[in-house]
Amino acid sequence: MSKFIYLDNAATTKVKEEVYEAMQPYWKELYGNASSIYSFAGKSKKAIEDARETVAKFLGAKPEEIYFTGSGSESDNWALKAVAFAKREKGKHIITSKIEHHAILNTCEYLEKLGYEISYIDVDEYGVVKMDELKAAIREDTILISVMFANNEIGTIQPIKEIGSIAHEHGILFHTDAVQAYGHEPIDVNQLNIDMLSASGHKMNGPKGVGILYLRNSVKIGPFIHGGAQERGRRAGTYNTPAIVGFGKATEIAEREMDRRRNYETELRDYLIERVLSEVPYTRLNGHKTNRLSGNANFSFRFIEGESLLILLDQKGIAGSSGSACTSGSLDPSHVLLAIGLPHEIAHGSLRLTLSEENTKEEIDYVVEELKQIVERLRNMSPLYEDFVKSEKKQND
Amino acid sequence: MSQVIEYSETVMEHFSNPRNVGEIEDASGVGTVGNAKCGDIMRIYLDVNDEQIIQDCKFKTFGCGAAVATSSMATEMIKGKSVKEALQLTNKAVQEALGGLPDVKVHCSLLAEEAVHAAFWDYAQKNHLEIEGLKPPVEDIDETKEFYEMSGEKGRE
Repeated sequence: MSKFIYLDNAATTKVKEEVYEAMQPYWKELYGNASSIYSFAGKSKKAIEDARETVAKFLGAKPEEIYFTGSGSESDNWALKAVAFAKREKGKHIITSKIEHHAILNTCEYLEKLGYEISYIDVDEYGVVKMDELKAAIREDTILISVMFANNEIGTIQPIKEIGSIAHEHGILFHTDAVQAYGHEPIDVNQLNIDMLSASGHKMNGPKGVGILYLRNSVKIGPFIHGGAQERGRRAGTYNTPAIVGFGKATEIAEREMDRRRNYETELRDYLIERVLSEVPYTRLNGHKTNRLSGNANFSFRFIEGESLLILLDQKGIAGSSGSACTSGSLDPSHVLLAIGLPHEIAHGSLRLTLSEENTKEEIDYVVEELKQIVERLRNMSPLYEDFVKSEKKQND
Repeated sequence: MSQVIEYSETVMEHFSNPRNVGEIEDASGVGTVGNAKCGDIMRIYLDVNDEQIIQDCKFKTFGCGAAVATSSMATEMIKGKSVKEALQLTNKAVQEALGGLPDVKVHCSLLAEEAVHAAFWDYAQKNHLEIEGLKPPVEDIDETKEFYEMSGEKGRE
């Protein structure tokens, strides 16, 4: 099997050559601890501050509002737990959505155990947060609204500006998990009324093990990791210099190339969607047709199960992912697919293909051809399809 | 979203080249177990002759790699056997024949045993036979909490 087509860029991305090169000096040559006083360490310090500035500029923020963390999950945990703690006198109510990443949902569950109340707002059939429900959920004691920028499974982009504006009208802080959107969608924290934002390096051709939390200057919360004085005392732990430099370089590339990349991916994505929907019967697109991340396509194939589909695709050199329960070790299919109203059976048969600018039209053609055969093969093995065909036949007789 | 599941070579072989996929027209017995909610449905068709020997056995399965592989292996193991012998087939035997299953997939082998039994129940009903030790199939396995507990998984919350 020589062919390999990577269509799981929402899971992680390849580090760009330029990013990799930028990181290299900070392993063996400029390995100094950026917190040290001598000039040798100063070079590391300078590289970190340059990265911070790049990120700040990219988000329309100030450099001192950017904090480097170990991951997007850490940033999410920090934002939620630290706000909950800092605002505990004001209230113990937090609003979020039903389709958040588990870094948010499981943190909320933890806060519930500590006595906080969480409202999980429903989404419509496309995965857009129901604004009337969100407004109605606001209470005197609401301290935070956290809604993701774009969904990791179905790619739906949320009305972030509007949510931020509602939050601010009520004097509530607004956090957004932008792990999927950062570097892929234009974000200006001031224009979009964002107080806190989480992002991750490895979702945008940067390295793994580094994230950021944007924290508006007016937001007063304590640290999540206690220890040394790094990040102005708000995030302890020796600076991961190579990873931070990589994050900065990936951001710089994103700023430079985002428009071109988005256009390319959108065109390829729409080509994929159109071919799959027209050539594979009993198939639906999950999420919105246009209001979605440029690289994201998510399908449900009726009568078949996602894990079987993934294994057979893998045997053809195609890497994708699924919201099937069988791929997650739990018995329930994806909470996102259930939240947009899919029955369990349909949710089990989902396939997410997430593209990058490295994918070509030829690759998509190959994927569609293989997919058609694999879906047919699994349907011929499926008792659900057998029942469906028989009932159709009965109706026609 | 996705996780790599570690399957044995035998599981992968049976999943990639499943034996006995299909239907049997006018089958002696048909059993369907599981439901779409938990993501696994198995249907077993039996062709049993007058000497109570299983001449043929086919299956259709909606489910993961382990569900397909256990269906394939279970049908292989009962083909040519007497009804009495075939009823002795346990999920453990299917699992062993497959070279083991990951913990989260053990319930698939339980489903195979249930499907075979459900098909025998149908056969017994059709032929007005009483088969010792055979119980009516569970209608909705999804609601059988013990089912998940038996397989070492937590029940649904």
